[in-house]
Amino acid sequence: MKDTFNIPLEEDEIEVKLWEYIDGLAKADEMSAIEKLVQENAEWKAKYQELLEVHESLNLVELEQPSLRFTKNVMEEIARLQIAPAAKQYINSKIIWGIGGFFITVIVSFLVYGLAQIDWSTSQSVNTGVLDKITDADYTKVFNNTFVNVFIMLNVVLGLMLFDRYLNDKKKKLMKEA
Amino acid sequence: MHTEPADMDIISLVLKGDQNAYSILVDRYKNYVFTIVLRYIKSREDAEEVAQDVFIKAYRSLAAFKGDSKFSTWLYTVTTTTCITFLRKKKLEVHSLDNERVFEVADSVDSGMSANQIEQKSKVNMVNEAIKMLSPDDAQVITLFYKGEQTLEEIAQIMGKEPNAVKVQLHRARGRLKEKMEKYFSAEVRDI
Repeated sequence: MKDTFNIPLEEDEIEVKLWEYIDGLAKADEMSAIEKLVQENAEWKAKYQELLEVHESLNLVELEQPSLRFTKNVMEEIARLQIAPAAKQYINSKIIWGIGGFFITVIVSFLVYGLAQIDWSTSQSVNTGVLDKITDADYTKVFNNTFVNVFIMLNVVLGLMLFDRYLNDKKKKLMKEA
Repeated sequence: MHTEPADMDIISLVLKGDQNAYSILVDRYKNYVFTIVLRYIKSREDAEEVAQDVFIKAYRSLAAFKGDSKFSTWLYTVTTTTCITFLRKKKLEVHSLDNERVFEVADSVDSGMSANQIEQKSKVNMVNEAIKMLSPDDAQVITLFYKGEQTLEEIAQIMGKEPNAVKVQLHRARGRLKEKMEKYFSAEVRDI
């Protein structure tokens, strides 16, 4: 069959051209050529009607519907599977180093102060060690009453509470960003 | 005028921690995803389970979606891979055009219906039945093109094929669908 495409087209090729025309995928010049053939050529017209019917039927097909609980099931599963970010993501390493540094400074300060209090010239029994000398140190010069001790303890507890709150806030913020 | 929020706006909300916003996406795409899953998995129960799994996987990987493609294209890609993984795991028998059992099933469906019942079947149901007799790939390409609002390029991305190959497959799938309709539903075609 000779046609506007200037080459004989087999039935399969006519179908391909017609599908491209129906889908709007043919090139502009081909579109007008096919349109002319559909109007003038009986074979093309019959084939076009046949394919157009299939095309329109497919457009009518409705989507399948899952059960009514579908969305609820998905959302429940998602809520259950919520994964918290890894701990290292929300703990600031600077704070950890800060706390570590604070405790090390306190321990070292006590040791230095204790050692400074020792009278090394005093002769004692052979079994008496350095530790005994440290415990013998007089700390009452620094912490000389109950009020100061309670005050320090209170501050430590408050500090820990504030630190815990800070970490919680940080965790929530990171979870929102994730 | 009230307009529905765009997919990307919803995704942005979800990523900021508004988990409930994800339900809008689930509602928006559940029918599409479920239909595509049914093209692969014939049991509705299994299909529903797999479709739910698709949305859970998509949620967990949502941060990886960069918006390079439409969300629907990305979601249908997740759907296709989840279906293939499910079928591989379960080694379920897939109904296909080349499978002899399908012909038996189709024959039994046909012969089991009275003339009156056949007449009552709508054109839509007839096409749906014919689609079910196609291979999963043929059924999926038709579903994505006609119902999934996907271009040939997007379908190619979803199915991991070249756009030209998808174009050819779409033509052939429609041809095979037409054959099916003529072979098994010719009485209805005449009535319609």
